Amino acid sequence: MNAPTKAADTGGTLSGAKIIAAVKAAGVSHVLSVPDLHTAKGLLAPIAVDKELQLVRVCKEDETLGIAAGLLYGDKRSLILIQYTGFLYAINAIRGVACEQKLPIVMMIGLLGKEPGVAPKDSKRFGSRLIQPMLDTLGIDHHYIDLDEDVRLIEPAINKAHETSRPVAFVIGRRPV
Amino acid sequence: MTMMNRTKCLEILKRHIADEIVISSYSTASEWVEMSDRALNYYSHGAMGLGSSHGLGMALALPHKRVVVFDGDGSLLMNLGTLVTIAAAAPKNLVHLCFHNGTYEANGGHPLPKRDVDFCGMARSAGIKQVHLLDNMANFEQQIGGILKQEGPVFADIHVETGPITPRAYDDMYKPERRQKLREALKA
Repeated sequence: MNAPTKAADTGGTLSGAKIIAAVKAAGVSHVLSVPDLHTAKGLLAPIAVDKELQLVRVCKEDETLGIAAGLLYGDKRSLILIQYTGFLYAINAIRGVACEQKLPIVMMIGLLGKEPGVAPKDSKRFGSRLIQPMLDTLGIDHHYIDLDEDVRLIEPAINKAHETSRPVAFVIGRRPV
Repeated sequence: MTMMNRTKCLEILKRHIADEIVISSYSTASEWVEMSDRALNYYSHGAMGLGSSHGLGMALALPHKRVVVFDGDGSLLMNLGTLVTIAAAAPKNLVHLCFHNGTYEANGGHPLPKRDVDFCGMARSAGIKQVHLLDNMANFEQQIGGILKQEGPVFADIHVETGPITPRAYDDMYKPERRQKLREALKA
């Protein structure tokens, strides 16, 4: 589990197009999402018009765990794209479906409001500090995606999740553009 | 509300279920597994209310298979947004049956906050076109075969009596081996 500390904003960027390309390269066909202001423009908007990805818009985040589990029975890989508040809302479904059934559920969690260039553990935002420790507690592998150079982690991590049948999460540090 | 006996409803359903995937949960699952233990059954667990979401995922992934969800009223109330999500995704192969007994039967038989919820009205408002209320055995027996074959998404509110508050064999239902058998059956 990687959680690099970045002491100050390097002024780097995070490309939504590169994230989408990495997700597609890992064989993801469906995206399940409740809109997150953090990723709404840079990720969800282009996904919504991407002909290679089927977007399922849901009403509450815990629905995505059931839908993702169901898709696996037809060998369909999905990405759950949610805000950290939705992750907190869906914790019981994540425990019961992703963790206890040992399923390759792939989550991308936006840290809305986290200060650019500040590591989540050093954020002034209580919610931003919570997510990585909670993923550790749940035993879910997670990767911090804050800059373009981090995007290389996505495809192998999704493939590993499916090879080992375990959930994985990507914590999105800065807003993708 | 007029009430039917859930066991009798399931016995009738058993006569109509062939190669459909059946997703059931809690009290209805306990009866179904005793009555019709088959590889194409999936017992929804992990988080109450997600049976219909599992069903939606399977219906989208397996458009050539019919998927039938045996939901409960307490479960559906925990995930009401699912009606809107299903209506929007509009899978033609999904049938969502809600067994409505007005109680959280699996949690000790305590009543729902309101027993006479209008699930059909909610389903219609959500945008589901095929909506049915089944509250007597004659209608159930006459209509259920056709309902199972309708182009989806289909929703039916099935009014039943509260069943017995007896221990459930959840450990057996939720064994990973059962989910593996389903995967193998779907690949056959």
